[in-house]
Amino acid sequence: MFGKLTLEAFKHDIVVMGGVVTMVLGLLSIVFLLTYLKRWRWLWKEWITTVDPKKIGVMYIIVALVMLLRGGADALMMRTQQALSSGASHGFLNSDHFQQVFTAHGSMMIFFVAMGLMFGIINIVVPLQIGARDVAFPFMNATSFWLFLAGAILMNTSLVIGEFAATGWLAYPPLSELAYSPGVGVDYWIWSLQIAGIGSLLSGVNFFTTILKLRRAGMRLMKMPLFTWSVLNAMTLVIFAFPILTVTLALLALDRTIGTHFFTADGGGNPMMYVNLIWAWGHPEVYILILPAFGIFSEVVATFSRKRLFGYTSMVFALAAITLLSFSVWLHHFFTMGAGADVNAFFGITTMIISIPTGVKVFNWLFTMYKGRIVLATPMLWFLGFVATFTIGGVAGVLMSVPPADFQLHNSLFLVAHFHTMIIGGVVFGYFAGITYWFPKIFGVLLSERIGKYAFWCWLVGFCTAFIPLYALGLMGATRRLDHYDASLGWQGLFIVAGIGVVIIMLGIGLQILQFVVSFFERKWNRDTTGDPWNARTLEWATRSPIPFYNFAELTPVSERDAFWEAKQKGIDLHKPKTFTDIQMPKNTPIGFIIAMLTLLIGFAVVWHIWWLAIVAFLGVVTAVIIRLSDDETEYILPAADVKKFETGEQPA
Amino acid sequence: MSQKLPQSANEGHVTLRSYTAGFLLSLVTTVAAYVVVTERAYSKQGIIAAVAVLAITQFIVQMLFFMHLGQEKGPRWKLLVLLFMTGVVVIIVVGSLWIMGHLDYNMMSEKQMQHYMDSQDGL
Amino acid sequence: MSELTDKPVITQKEHYKQTAETDHSKTILGFWIYLMTDCVLFASLFATYAVLRNNTNGGPDGSELFNLPFVLVETIILLTSSFVCGLVLLAAQRRNRAYVIAGLTAVFLLGLSFVALEVTEFRHLVEEGNSWRRSGFLSAFFTLVGTHGLHITVGLLWMIVMVAQIARKGLIDPVLRRLSLFAMFWHFLDVVWIFIFSLVYLVGAL
Repeated sequence: MFGKLTLEAFKHDIVVMGGVVTMVLGLLSIVFLLTYLKRWRWLWKEWITTVDPKKIGVMYIIVALVMLLRGGADALMMRTQQALSSGASHGFLNSDHFQQVFTAHGSMMIFFVAMGLMFGIINIVVPLQIGARDVAFPFMNATSFWLFLAGAILMNTSLVIGEFAATGWLAYPPLSELAYSPGVGVDYWIWSLQIAGIGSLLSGVNFFTTILKLRRAGMRLMKMPLFTWSVLNAMTLVIFAFPILTVTLALLALDRTIGTHFFTADGGGNPMMYVNLIWAWGHPEVYILILPAFGIFSEVVATFSRKRLFGYTSMVFALAAITLLSFSVWLHHFFTMGAGADVNAFFGITTMIISIPTGVKVFNWLFTMYKGRIVLATPMLWFLGFVATFTIGGVAGVLMSVPPADFQLHNSLFLVAHFHTMIIGGVVFGYFAGITYWFPKIFGVLLSERIGKYAFWCWLVGFCTAFIPLYALGLMGATRRLDHYDASLGWQGLFIVAGIGVVIIMLGIGLQILQFVVSFFERKWNRDTTGDPWNARTLEWATRSPIPFYNFAELTPVSERDAFWEAKQKGIDLHKPKTFTDIQMPKNTPIGFIIAMLTLLIGFAVVWHIWWLAIVAFLGVVTAVIIRLSDDETEYILPAADVKKFETGEQPA
Repeated sequence: MSQKLPQSANEGHVTLRSYTAGFLLSLVTTVAAYVVVTERAYSKQGIIAAVAVLAITQFIVQMLFFMHLGQEKGPRWKLLVLLFMTGVVVIIVVGSLWIMGHLDYNMMSEKQMQHYMDSQDGL
Repeated sequence: MSELTDKPVITQKEHYKQTAETDHSKTILGFWIYLMTDCVLFASLFATYAVLRNNTNGGPDGSELFNLPFVLVETIILLTSSFVCGLVLLAAQRRNRAYVIAGLTAVFLLGLSFVALEVTEFRHLVEEGNSWRRSGFLSAFFTLVGTHGLHITVGLLWMIVMVAQIARKGLIDPVLRRLSLFAMFWHFLDVVWIFIFSLVYLVGAL
């Protein structure tokens, strides 16, 4: 009746219990708050059934930030363990735990924090930047978010019921095969990623179509804002890379469930094919994460240098070059697997080449700043922090693109420092810049600049303190994922410094949370009513703050890059529409949420081999899909009179 | 494929021709490939090449005649995305075969090495 | 006139017409893009098959297992169904409900036959002990061909839903749009089958 699930799955040791209790208390307090404030109906009407990408984006970011806390807790545990576990001491985590911790850390940070922040910002900004009212497929967009959440829930469930994978965030076979990971951990990993991955793929299709088909009249491709260009490229990568992940996870699942021999050590399986496939996805994935961050920097640098972005055309071509090349480098993740000199040389060269367009972009940003009137607002600080850190991490990457060097550095802490520099210095700093930049647009409230700056400095100092020692340790021979090392190596000092660095980062995160809390409580004093607090350049700022749910009352055709800036120069106030027309809007619907929750059930059921539940839930999904796709009345008309009321302030939108 | 408005009778006829031509050409290439294999018409390499060429031909035929590729008005996004997809597919398939082939070569067992050396006349 | 360009601001009627056209073309493009992702999905399965094709684990390979005349019949059935699907679209263009339903029924029966034949082939293999557990080669074979078969099955379900919709609502615009999408899907499945037929069965039988 319950497959493999027994009460044993709920029994954990003290460390894990600590995590479980924290999580459960957190959930209960939210439930309590909603009940006390009588907000369940509001939650359903305004958030669970919404198809408004602005709201969906906010939800993505909230989930991503919560997962940042979980992944960050993992980081704290790892650093503490490694700072303590030298020689006679063995720290406080046993090996199996440590392995689950670093697996969870990586999986959560990539799939739920980075992807979540990315899709969140894309949802909020892209329709506005192209002057549209919505995405191409609003219902599918909502479903994508709920699938993302379902994946996150499933992964977190592994903490409470059962265990998580202990294989590293990419779960290489044969370790991840049934013979060596007989528990449910790897299955949790597979299915939470598979579910979230489908959400990502659908979003890729959605935003790609949106950008191509829903641009404001007159906004030709070469007039689009750079952020939109970066998203178009990133979505291209999503479309072509995510199916590889879907297949690879499915094949591993088949190995573990029905006895196939794709990647098994026996029976004609080839574990190396898994490594090949997973990185054929994995490399484009990291470009998926970074390109929108580059796009954000383009917007931020131009706005806070009070200058047009330098080299627009070369920026567009650089994005395209990175997108194309990102499919040609994936083997650099496994130079040491033994494909030989010919293959390694080819991929080493392509890896070096791909660093060039990124260099072009960095120079263009710097040239934009040159002779600009720089404003050191928080978003700009995040950009400057990026320039410093990303450059270091980037050159470390180019060093490792030389196969003989990589043979020494592969899977060392040097590698770990490199990719964290890329992800934190590039992706995370970029998305933080985006959040601080666009927050006043979406909420109509300015964030506290002072706290924002303190948070930035904590992150920058903390990051350097945490990761520069790791570069050194890597060069000294330290391997990744060690839960203990010999005292004679003399590494402990550096590990302790790294541990302090993580604490400083935690302080930074605390300050960011404080920033949100303070801005919420002081919102009456920090309202932005102009809709354009930074004196920015692109169309998303041509809306009121907060933005009405239909985005724009009038779809005025445009003709220039930086369309909003042009309008301001011509003295045209795009915040004051002249005509009011009926607007077609999509209706809210619970079906996306329902589909995702049923999918969550499928995932859980498959993990525990509760086959009847999996089948029932699957039939439910099919039914829901058919019902939705047979519905001809998914939109409603917002009368022009109502639009006028919203615009003139008679009614809040 | 814009199906919203009723097409003129002439246009409908033109598309019927398109589907029929596509069907017949596909039938021919299918049977040709089948015969090439069952009759062992060429060497093994030759057969594989012929089958591949026939498959790609039928692919193009079906894209043009069934999927009406390249006939969209406005920017040809469908064609562009298809070309990009083809590039990615080639990279994945050829790339994987190249990489995995080299890995296999470098992972030969003693017995395989002996066999290989024998087949190469002892190097 | 818009102040930003010399293009006129569009009227409400124009706006609605543009919206309807945009709706149609964006849905077609979006679905096409999804089909492209499905191509990459199949490509990954093909790559896996190609890499594992010789990993027979001491068991039989394609030349011993593949029944080419049987597969030829399957191929012609599927090809015919793709052709008939095209005819269905022509009939839909002319708003001929009866022909559309008849055509879809024909496509459905052809598709169902295809699946039935494939299931027969699979059962035979399993009964002889050559299931997906036997070797890496067979795992890849069953998964690649089986995934295609699953897609066909989804298509069969889709056809049932379409016929029900056409019977109830007639050939209204949303229904026509969905029919176009179905046709794209069905043609795409035949295109994938070209490669399975050629590279898995024909080449594998050598």
